[in-house]
Amino acid sequence: MSESTRLAIEASGLTKTYGKGAKAVRALDGVTFAVPAGSVFGLLGPNGAGKSTTVKIVTTLASPDTGEASVGGIDVRRDPAGVRRVIGYVPQKPCFDPTATGWENLTLQGRIYGLSSRHIKQRSAELFERFGLTEAAGRITKSWSGGMQRKLDVALGLIHRPQVLFLDEPTTGLDPEARADMWSEIAELTRSDGLTVLLTTHYLDEADRLASRLAIVDRGQVVAAGTPEQLKGELSGDTVQIELAEPAVNGHARTAIETVTGVREVATDGAMVRARVGNGAATLPGVLAALDAAQIPLASVTVARPSLDDVYLRHAGRSFQAADEAGTKEVAA
Amino acid sequence: MTTALAHSTHLAVRTVRILYRQPAYLAFTLIQPMVWLLLFSQLFERVVELPGFGGTSYVAYLTPGVIVMTAMMNAGWAGNTLIDDMDRGVMDRYLASPVRRVAIINGILVYQAAVTIVQSLIVFGVALLMGARYDGGVVGILVVLAAAVLLAVLFAALSCAAALLLRTGEALIGIFQFLAFPLLFLSSTLMAPALLPDWIGTVATFNPVDWAVVASREALAASPDWGLVGGRIALLAALAVVMTWLSARAFRAYQRAV
Repeated sequence: MSESTRLAIEASGLTKTYGKGAKAVRALDGVTFAVPAGSVFGLLGPNGAGKSTTVKIVTTLASPDTGEASVGGIDVRRDPAGVRRVIGYVPQKPCFDPTATGWENLTLQGRIYGLSSRHIKQRSAELFERFGLTEAAGRITKSWSGGMQRKLDVALGLIHRPQVLFLDEPTTGLDPEARADMWSEIAELTRSDGLTVLLTTHYLDEADRLASRLAIVDRGQVVAAGTPEQLKGELSGDTVQIELAEPAVNGHARTAIETVTGVREVATDGAMVRARVGNGAATLPGVLAALDAAQIPLASVTVARPSLDDVYLRHAGRSFQAADEAGTKEVAA
Repeated sequence: MTTALAHSTHLAVRTVRILYRQPAYLAFTLIQPMVWLLLFSQLFERVVELPGFGGTSYVAYLTPGVIVMTAMMNAGWAGNTLIDDMDRGVMDRYLASPVRRVAIINGILVYQAAVTIVQSLIVFGVALLMGARYDGGVVGILVVLAAAVLLAVLFAALSCAAALLLRTGEALIGIFQFLAFPLLFLSSTLMAPALLPDWIGTVATFNPVDWAVVASREALAASPDWGLVGGRIALLAALAVVMTWLSARAFRAYQRAV
């Protein structure tokens, strides 16, 4: 097989600006990534990073200002109808019809793809069974639980056996139990169906757990890409994470730690101070001694292997949580 | 073409099912026509003593107008279905699927046509109970239904186009507040054509609401001028088709904005 047929999704140099003049917002600033077939690919980024815009372009809902994208080798601009036939799309917002039953929802969706009623019945029963919705299937979906409704959204995206499934923030707003449930369903999709899944998320743990490869998106650009292990592996050493009793003194804390032997870089975010160090266990006593000497009171200290949070901090220059909150404010404003 | 037709049918099943499951909505839309029929027709009962009404009762004169007016006013909100779908992810799901754009509009138009037929028959029934009588018979009533449905389709398509361009329910309400009453008063809905000021009479010939009212009243008369009826119905049908096409085109503007 050639390189291009093994790639389920390719995007290069995507740019998109909303609005004109002074009000213009650059949502995408040259997004490039490639998704190998049969894997779960994560687009990870804080709110407002450009994840949903990227998905909208690849699913033919929006056109890029510049750049190219293809799904299953089909160009999204030249043959949007062709792309639509091979993809399933589960938007960020709930997309089931609350006035209809589970059966009615899947039947209409199957009809849209031109499936026969026998085929629809069989496939719907299969999907209800798989997602544990069989009992509820005949009831109006308005009264279903949030977790069941979200699973129906995913079932709607699967009725026609797409090659590529797009899941935009599939677990946002779900309670922890429903979220864990959804995670195992998503993991199962590539395992048993050979499906390619592109997943956007602003949950670091979700990306870490589900994605076999991921691209970290920030301010409309891909700032890092690879497997979660590769990305974390690039950050050699450990993180010493210090929670100060008093956020105001984080500057002092930083100055105190920076000179300790073994400490490479220090980042502060409110009461949290993170130090990248070569060997956590060896460096910790020195760090504590330095803080003690500077008379800085502490709330907690932990040593950890690098997390995706550290990867994000390294590439985007700000902590993920801070970026997410800033993005949420912008979206709300 | 066959695909568009099939998709339209499937999407119409969805919208008509909502009507069947929530009949209370239909009852709600009948409040306004009942006010016109039961109160307005009584308040202006003696207006028919003016020459130009041709000796009929005002209820009998007003009823086709109330039917047409109800069809227009309710169709004006049709775009709200699209706005609900946009606020949820339903619209995005449709647009990322092979569904024909015009089928999404057609689903709403079929629903609006069904609502209009039921409403019109109920309004007719109440008018008959109030003593209104027509020489036109069943054919006349069928023409009134056709005119009301065509006007409903025309305004529902306009409402859908506005929904796709403006994307908020508030903007949609604003537009129809602005349009509905001028269109109503610049027509012979409430007042006999012979008694309209000249300029309003002239403007009315370009007003689709007046086309529907004129065709309806004429078809219910003892010896209708079928040329007039046919001409007005043809104008309504042509405009309804053009507006449906335009609203399907409005998806392009919507997709540029998202």
